[in-house]
Amino acid sequence: MKKMSNDVLNVLLVGVGGQGTILAGRVLSRAAISLGGEVKVSDIHGMAQRGGSVVTQVRFGPRVYAPVIAPGTADFLVAFEKLEARRWLPYLKAGGCLIVNDQEMPPLPVLTGAATYPADLVAVMGKLVQNLVVLDALDLARRAGNVKTVNMVLMGALARRLSISREAWEEALAASVPERFLEVNKKAFNLGWEQ
Amino acid sequence: MRELLIGNHALARGAWEAGVRVAAAYPGTPSTEIIEALARYPEVYAEWAPNEKVALEVAIGASIGGARSLAAMKHVGVNVAADPLMTLAYTGVNAGLVLVSADDPGLFSSQNEQDNRFYARMAQIPCLEPADSQEVKDMVMQAFNLSEEFDTPVILRLTTRIAHSYSLVELGDRQEVPLKSYVKQPAKYVMLPAFGKARHVVVEERCLKLAAYAETAPLNRVEWADRRVGIITAGIAYQYVKEALPGVSVLKLGLTYPLPEKLICDFVKAVKTCYVVEELEPFLEDQIRAWGLGVIGKELVPREDELSSAIVARTVGSQVAAVAPELVAPDLTAVALPGMRAPGGQRAGEGPVPDARETTTAAPAELPGRPPLMCPGCPHRGVFYVLKKLRLVVAGDIGCYTLGATPPLQAMDSCICMGASLGVAMGLEKARGADFARRVVGVIGDSTFLHSGMTGLLDMVYNGGTGTLIILDNSTTAMTGHQDHPGTGYTASHQPAPKVDLEQIARALGVHRVQVVDSYNLETLERAIQEETAAREPSVIIARRPCALLKKEKEAVYAVSPANCLSCRYCLDLGCPAISFSDGHGVIDPVLCNGCGLCTQVCPGEAIRKAGEEDE
Repeated sequence: MKKMSNDVLNVLLVGVGGQGTILAGRVLSRAAISLGGEVKVSDIHGMAQRGGSVVTQVRFGPRVYAPVIAPGTADFLVAFEKLEARRWLPYLKAGGCLIVNDQEMPPLPVLTGAATYPADLVAVMGKLVQNLVVLDALDLARRAGNVKTVNMVLMGALARRLSISREAWEEALAASVPERFLEVNKKAFNLGWEQ
Repeated sequence: MRELLIGNHALARGAWEAGVRVAAAYPGTPSTEIIEALARYPEVYAEWAPNEKVALEVAIGASIGGARSLAAMKHVGVNVAADPLMTLAYTGVNAGLVLVSADDPGLFSSQNEQDNRFYARMAQIPCLEPADSQEVKDMVMQAFNLSEEFDTPVILRLTTRIAHSYSLVELGDRQEVPLKSYVKQPAKYVMLPAFGKARHVVVEERCLKLAAYAETAPLNRVEWADRRVGIITAGIAYQYVKEALPGVSVLKLGLTYPLPEKLICDFVKAVKTCYVVEELEPFLEDQIRAWGLGVIGKELVPREDELSSAIVARTVGSQVAAVAPELVAPDLTAVALPGMRAPGGQRAGEGPVPDARETTTAAPAELPGRPPLMCPGCPHRGVFYVLKKLRLVVAGDIGCYTLGATPPLQAMDSCICMGASLGVAMGLEKARGADFARRVVGVIGDSTFLHSGMTGLLDMVYNGGTGTLIILDNSTTAMTGHQDHPGTGYTASHQPAPKVDLEQIARALGVHRVQVVDSYNLETLERAIQEETAAREPSVIIARRPCALLKKEKEAVYAVSPANCLSCRYCLDLGCPAISFSDGHGVIDPVLCNGCGLCTQVCPGEAIRKAGEEDE
C-alpha cells in the first residue's frame, strides 16, 4: 500500500498572533496551486488569535486528505519567532528543514516575570535539527522598507527551497497583497530568497 | 474554475448558487464568515440578527414566504435557536431552509464542545456533514433540494476544521429559483396543540421516508478496499481515516441523520472488523449498536477534543496494525502525541521505549506558554484592573473580555454563555443577600448585551435585584472580527442603520442609575463602580471606548524614564503586551504601544510619559 503522506508536502507556519502567518499561508497556498495537485490549508481564528501562539498549516500534493499536519511529519517548519519554533519543533519530521526568524517576542508570562524566556534557543535547536536556516527577518523586512513584511521575507527563504516556480510566487503575491504594498512585499520576498 | 476557499466561503458560494435569497446569523466562531460572504452577493439579503433565535426566525419567515433561506450559527448558537428549531421541524418549510451549525471540537473559541448532530435527532430532521470545502458547496445545494423534497428544515453541520480550512472548489453559476407562492396554511404553520399533534405524525412519517432515501442517497458512499477492516466515518474524521489507514474499506456518511440501516448492516457484515471513527460523541455508533451490530468506536477513539490523523493512527491504527500493518500509514503511528493517552493506558511517551525522535525534539514542558491576551490599548483592560483592585465578584460573559479571567488580571468568577452575566449576578444576590451584592458586578459586552443581556437586566429590575451591570461598550462585535450589530449604526452589508442607544435601553428597562464613563480613565471608572455597587438599587455603568483595533490613527506612544522608575512593577499588573521589565526598570515597546495611557495612571513615580517627553 502506498504511503500517502510521502506524496504530500507539509509546511507549518508558526508565530505570534499579528505577525502575518495567515497572509503568508495564503501566498504559499496560492503559489502551490500552480503545481496542479490539491492544496489544503488550516488556520486558527477567534480567541486563539489574540496575541497567542498561532499556526497555519499548508499541505499540497497529488491527493491531500487531512488539512492538518501530524506531529513528526512537517517537511518545513517556518517559525516567525524563536520560542514558537521550539514549541512546534516536534512537528518537524526527521530530516525536515527549520527556517527560523531570529527574533524574540516575550509572551505575557515572561513580561510579567512569571516565566523566563529560554536562553540559547537557536543553539539548542541547531543540535536537534541538521537542516536549519536562521535569518534576521525583522532586519531584512526593515531593509525592504516595512517591518510588517517579515512574513514575506520568510516566504522568500522558503520559496527557494521548494519546487514552485518564481512566476507562480509572483502571481500569488500579487493576488494576495493590496496593490500599494506589492512592491515592498516583493522586495522583502527577494531579500528572503537570497538568504 | 477552481478556487481555494475556506468551508464557510464555499458554503456561502453554494448557497448563492442554490438560489438562496435570505440569510441571517449572529456572529460566532467558527461560523462568522458565512454571512460576511453572503452579504457581498447582491442577489442575497443577508443580515446580522441580534441573536441566533431571531436569525432562525427570519429564515423561517422567508421560507414560509417562498424564498430559499439560510440561518448560520456556531454550535452554542443553536441552543439559543433551539426553540424555533424544534417547532420548525413540525411545520416544515415552503421554500428550502438550511440551518448551518458550526461546531467547535477542540474549543478553539468556545465555552464547550457540544455535538450538535443530536439536534437533528431530537428534531427528527436531516443532518448533512461535509468533509471538505467542495463537499460543503455541493451539500448546500443538496440540503436545499432535500428540504423542499421532504418538506423539512435541514441541518448542515460543519466543524472548525471544515469551516476554517481551505481546499479547492469548482465554482458554478447561480441557479435562479423563483419565489414560491405564499399560501395561508394554518394547519401547517400555526402550531396550536391540535395542529401540532397532527404535524407530529407527519414528522415521524417524514423521518421514515428520509431513512429510506438514505439507503441509496449519493451523500453516502462505500469505498471498498481491504475487507479485513471497515470504517464507518463522516465529516473531517473521514479525512483522518484516509490519511491514517489508507488501505481499509470505508463507509463515508454524508447524511448522518437519519442513518441507512441496511447500507450500514451490509457494510458491517462485509468486513471482518468494523470501526466507527467520529469526532466528539458516539452519535453514529450508538445508533449502529442499537441495531445489534458489533462495532468498535469510543472505547478507542477519544470523545474529547478534535481528532487528527495521528490520533486515528494511534488508536484504531495500532489495533489494525496488529493484524494488517500494511493498511496503516507508518509515519503516523511512529509519532507519540503530547498529552495523549496511548492504548494500554500509558500516556504517550511514557512507554518503555520512547520514540527516538520524540526524546530529541519534544517541546520541553517548561517552555513559557503564549496564551491569547487583550491587545495593547484594549478598552477592557482598565475595567478589569479596577475590578481586581476592588476585589469584586465578577459574573462574566462571552467576548474578548472573557480574557479578563486570565493572569495577571484574573478578575472574573464565572462565564457560562451569552448573556449569563446578569442572571448569575442576580442569583448570587438572591443566594447570599443584598450585602453580598455590594461586592458583585455583572460584566457584558455591547453586542452580547443586545444579544441576550437585556432580559437579564429586566429580571433584576422586576424582581428587586440591586446589582450593578457594567456594559463594556467597544462599539463592535470584536471577538469574531468586528461585525456590526444594532448599536453600531451599520448593517451586515455596511449600509447605515438606526443606532440603538444603550443608556435609553437601560432606562427603559427600569434602571434609574445609569452612568457612562471612559474606559481609559481609571479614576472615574473606580469611582463609578464604587458608587454604583454601593447603591441599593439596580444600576448600569457603560464603559465606553471603541475597540483598539478599530483605531485608524495611532496615538503618540509612551516611554519609561528609567531615572524616575521606582522598579515597583505596578505597570506590569495591567498585563499589557507592550510593557516589560528589564535592567531594573519598566520598558515600553514603541511598536506595540497603542497610546492608551493606562500605564501612566498606575505608575506612582510619574516615570511614564509620552515618548520624547520622558527626560524633561
